[in-house]
Amino acid sequence: MTAATYSSVAHTHEMAPEKPDHHAFDGFQWTEENAKSAARQIAKYPEGRQQSAVMGLLDLAQRQIGVQTETQGWLPIPVIEFVAKQLSMPYIRVYEVASFYTMYNLAPVGKYHVQLCGTTPCMLRGSDDVMRALNEKGIRKGKTTPDGLFTLTEVECMGNCANAPMLQINDDNYEDLDADSTARIIDALAAGDRPQPGSQTGRKSSEPAGGPTTLKEFTA
Amino acid sequence: MTDFLSDKDRIFTNLYGFQSAGLDAATKRGDWDNTKRWFENGPDWVIEQVKASGLRGRGGAGFPTGVKWSFMPKEPPADRPSYLVINADESEPGSCKDREIIRHDPHKLLEGALIAGYAMRARAAYIYIRGEYIREAEALQRAIDEAYDKGLLGKNAAKSGYDFDVYMHRGAGAYICGEETAMLESLEGKKGQPRLKPPFPAGAGLYGHPTTVNNVESIAVVPEILRRGSGWFSGFGRENNHGTKLFQISGHVERPCVVEESMSIPFRDLIERHCGGITGGWDNLLAVIPGGSSVPLVPAAEIMDCPMDFDGLRDLKSGLGTAAIIVMDKSTDIVRAISRISYFYKHESCGQCTPCREGTGWMWRVMERLVTGQAEVEEIDMLHDVTKEVEGHTICALGDAAAWPIQGLIRHFRPELERRIAARKNAMLEAAE
Repeated sequence: MTAATYSSVAHTHEMAPEKPDHHAFDGFQWTEENAKSAARQIAKYPEGRQQSAVMGLLDLAQRQIGVQTETQGWLPIPVIEFVAKQLSMPYIRVYEVASFYTMYNLAPVGKYHVQLCGTTPCMLRGSDDVMRALNEKGIRKGKTTPDGLFTLTEVECMGNCANAPMLQINDDNYEDLDADSTARIIDALAAGDRPQPGSQTGRKSSEPAGGPTTLKEFTA
Repeated sequence: MTDFLSDKDRIFTNLYGFQSAGLDAATKRGDWDNTKRWFENGPDWVIEQVKASGLRGRGGAGFPTGVKWSFMPKEPPADRPSYLVINADESEPGSCKDREIIRHDPHKLLEGALIAGYAMRARAAYIYIRGEYIREAEALQRAIDEAYDKGLLGKNAAKSGYDFDVYMHRGAGAYICGEETAMLESLEGKKGQPRLKPPFPAGAGLYGHPTTVNNVESIAVVPEILRRGSGWFSGFGRENNHGTKLFQISGHVERPCVVEESMSIPFRDLIERHCGGITGGWDNLLAVIPGGSSVPLVPAAEIMDCPMDFDGLRDLKSGLGTAAIIVMDKSTDIVRAISRISYFYKHESCGQCTPCREGTGWMWRVMERLVTGQAEVEEIDMLHDVTKEVEGHTICALGDAAAWPIQGLIRHFRPELERRIAARKNAMLEAAE
């Protein structure tokens, strides 16, 4: 088999990933701690308005699946049904919430969900370079790496525009990136470390690089 | 000579988080300073102060905040309480100011919520924070918990005799939920699809009850307006454009940043003072999107001396929006930059109205062909016509927001679009020979 044929086989495999088992996690129940957290979320809303907690409960459920699977979690059918039952909602009303908002995963993702902002403010500051650096590490848009570590999603504006370009990886943001810092972060995560989130060029937050032009007496 | 804002007049003194966001540090910076004293003259007095300050909504539309509050019922019945909803869904490309308030100065927001809630006779506030602001949501919840622990929120909030709750509600990734009625749908546990207006939220909003939706910055500046007086706030900026403002500068400047400045500061001064100038110098400036991705771009020559405020940018057929300034130098592929914005709106269309659902995708596909010049010159006018078919024909403003950047591109860069089409045709002819 020639190298060219070999790579096209691999490509075909990438294009047709294994279909997730949407009936996984049958019998899903909250952990003790999450049951309390769910009750606290429902209590934020007036009597009879418990449907308002659906977004919070779906997030909580996805996170619980994430802990169980050592990934960032997802929402198979039995989990959505469980949330629907707790809130006395028809399944379809919960499913349409789960499918409307981008942060609910309807298929499994890796241990690290790498989300690259590709919208114009990040594009102008080099999000293409970040994408290339990720690709060079074998991390590709819309795919999970074969070792299950990294899933890459290109996302829309994340609201870090003065610190562009940026990645959100799981719950942390990595800002002021370039190709080198991107590669360094990915290597560190692959090695099991947690690289320092925030600006990768030493800024505190969104002050001008090199130090603020204002509020100098408030920097101590 | 421009009068730059001095630090003593800055509201967000912990904007960058060099100090703690916690209650003790916030109190030292002046927050929660005997807040109940603002309740002594009654809610209408508070509304009058906010009206007199000239504060216009900081979320993009610029509607006078005090006037908005005055639409709320004066005596809400017990079984039909009013709500304040605070829009922390900051998702307009270029916007990144509310994030800094939430993670570094959250007590200004919470104190403002209490005062605003009292003024509009609301029972509670829901702060709707975008789902991607995960660490920011943690910071906000810490601040809420602290405020409850110290009796600043909840029953007899800040010993004012007024009961007021503040809850955080996290979104989950949908730009459209920044539209106020989509936000209410989302708060009710549904897909975030905008409602038809009327009824307006002040009549029938969250759970069908009277509701006012305000941006984070609009609420967070209110305590300082009361402490310093409405005349202090209205002393900044031009007539009808008052106050201090958080500007967010991204793109091709030497040092992108978020900074609080006086409203109406000229563009050139803002960039020189706080951002170290344009990458490659002022001659290298191509165009600016001055108010977040939904407003039309402005070419370099027109914006250099423009006062950065609602009216100054409206006069340039653009807008202040959220004061999210996206700067593009001459290295920018301007067609691709706008096409990427078109993709954003295609991605974020909620799908409810056909002109937007179909139009955003259609416009993006034509934009992608214009990037490479793979189009006919007549298609430029056709694209412009389609933007006009989308604009004004949808329930919410997302259709307009998708149309305006393309209209701005055609208005100011038609020769560049035509050049690309001609260049591609020439290349094809040469290849054929």
